[in-house]
Amino acid sequence: MARAVLASDDSDLADVDTHRGGDVIIRTSDLTKVYPGMDRPAVDKLNLEVRRGEIFGLLGPNGAGKTTTAGMLTTMVIPTSGGAVVGGIDVVNQPALAKQAIGVVPQQNTLDRALTVWENLYFHGRFFGMSAGDSRTAADELLEEFHLARWGKAPVMALSGGMAQRLMVARAILHKPEIIFLDEPTAGLDPQSRLALWEILLRLHAGGQTILLTTHYMEEADQLCDRVAIMDHGHILALDTPEGLKAGIEADTIVSLHATGDLTKLARSLSRRRVVTNVVELDGELRVHVKGAADALPAVLETVDKSGSRLNDLTVHEPTLETVFINLTGKELRD
Amino acid sequence: MATATTEVVTAPTTATIPQYKGAELGRSTVQASRSAFAGLLLRDLTVLKKNLKEFLPRTILQPFLLVFVFLYVFPTIGQGIGSGGGVAGESTFATVLVAGVVGLSIMFQGIQAVALPMVQEFGYTREIEDRVLAPMPVSLVSIEKIVSGAIQGLIAALIVFPIAAVVHSKDIHIHLQVHWIQLFVMIPLACIMCSSLGMTFGTRFDPRTVPMLFGVIVIPMTFLGGTYYAWTALSPVKLAGWSWLQTLVLVNPLIYVTEGFRAALTPSHHMHLYVIYPVLIGFCALFLWQGLLGFRRRVLS
Ligand SMILES: Nc1ncnc2c1ncn2[C@@H]1O[C@H](COP(=O)(O)OP(=O)(O)OP(=O)(O)O)[C@@H](O)[C@H]1O
Ligand SMILES: [Mg+2]
Repeated sequence: MARAVLASDDSDLADVDTHRGGDVIIRTSDLTKVYPGMDRPAVDKLNLEVRRGEIFGLLGPNGAGKTTTAGMLTTMVIPTSGGAVVGGIDVVNQPALAKQAIGVVPQQNTLDRALTVWENLYFHGRFFGMSAGDSRTAADELLEEFHLARWGKAPVMALSGGMAQRLMVARAILHKPEIIFLDEPTAGLDPQSRLALWEILLRLHAGGQTILLTTHYMEEADQLCDRVAIMDHGHILALDTPEGLKAGIEADTIVSLHATGDLTKLARSLSRRRVVTNVVELDGELRVHVKGAADALPAVLETVDKSGSRLNDLTVHEPTLETVFINLTGKELRD
Repeated sequence: MATATTEVVTAPTTATIPQYKGAELGRSTVQASRSAFAGLLLRDLTVLKKNLKEFLPRTILQPFLLVFVFLYVFPTIGQGIGSGGGVAGESTFATVLVAGVVGLSIMFQGIQAVALPMVQEFGYTREIEDRVLAPMPVSLVSIEKIVSGAIQGLIAALIVFPIAAVVHSKDIHIHLQVHWIQLFVMIPLACIMCSSLGMTFGTRFDPRTVPMLFGVIVIPMTFLGGTYYAWTALSPVKLAGWSWLQTLVLVNPLIYVTEGFRAALTPSHHMHLYVIYPVLIGFCALFLWQGLLGFRRRVLS
């Protein structure tokens, strides 16, 4: 935890602080959830601050505790200990009040199948105390805005996955909440629908909407989020801007190589090179982190050659959030 | 995926959020709950109206068949129940049955309008999550569901009268003698009790165990719930001098509903009102409590 706070403490502080005034809209203090019958916490003493107007990402693999965290912040999961304040309201002690301030897009489809597309929006407005007229206008405008107007009278079952997801986002923002939560909003979407959804989120962001999203796609965290918390086993391992996180691994290039022979020995020899900052062995593949790309590749190749291994494949790419994750945990984000 | 994603990093500079008026922020929980409750009820009534094609058959058919078989077919083919006492006996049975069918219809609504949808909900759909996120306490969400189930129970009860008035053999006379005050107490009490019972069942059974719910609980409840006979008439069923059946059925909440309606609607013998009402209120409180608790457990973790 100390590390997470420190991570954003130096170089990127200025960058982050100037972002939309930066007052804190979500604050958790030692937020913990232990599900009954589980021996370790799903979320363990989480301390997190999200600032007004930012897109904040919780990035982590399956079971990291993302949904549990989002659930506690949206009153659906009751914390075992610790607290959380969302939009100035204590979510643990005043859940009914807190619900006025939030909009939620859950991980699974929760559209009301007894209602049409338009009615899903209209009644959501009514639930939040909007007048019939305002709810109607809101439903009309949002359907237009989200390119769903043609489907207004259709049952929600008729929507494709991407359209259903767009409708859930429209529903979540309809009452104009201070914060919206999206739990893995693009999981299972085709690339095109994913792009469409990203565009919507960026547009909301441009309008000042605070967004907290969870994801296990590192591209999503990287491209969308102002700040990202990397989560695993209920803990935050690092928290910073995507650039800050990537800069933190002290490598400008990652060389991934497949080779035959003793990989562990090869890894050891590679890590002795000056240009190599780290070597991670993963499923028969070596990820070599190097600094100073110009003379790095020849150095790597030379080492492979000398070690007696035979090179099968080699790719070179820039560090990604996945690299950061591997560096922190020794495992891949996706399985 | 990676190739496609690299194209979109262009954050639009203009925000195009629609300009409609959103929800008013910072309302008190009481204010917000009141409008949310009304909204949820409006949603349920809209859905009910849309689904009349399903609601009406399922609501009409059972009382219709009961009345048709017992009060038309049986007397017509000469095996009318109570026919030992001639037409008068058959009419007495008809009077007993009508009150029973009213009670039964309300109970079935509790199962069909609340229990089964809840089982579906928690088994697969999770649709109710959006309603649980409405700005009100979770318990009010389940109370709303119970109220909407009770409204459907009321409609189901009212439907029984025209059916009974029309469908019976022409010799039979159903003697209704309505005690309005009792009726106005019985209807909400019975409707809410049965609807809460539906919530209690609906939050405890899952799609796999629903057949059990019917086979082991609902069917015995209906056969031993005083639909076809008055509770007072059970005393001759004895074993070693003990009216065992009359005693055992006292655990069945439906018996108090059918007896209550018998008292409110007919001149027939019935269980004492001082027993019916306190016990009904007791069951009502028990099932409300268990229903709300079950709902809370299923939606929050
Ligand atoms: N209702 C529950 N009861 C018991 N354990 C649970 C429950 N929900 C989640 N867990 C456990 O808590 C841990 C965290 O789960 P959570 O759903 O928060 O992870 P996640 O990061 O959202 O993962 P995913 O990517 O699979 O959605 C997991 O080990 C999970 O098995
Ligand atoms: Mg999850």
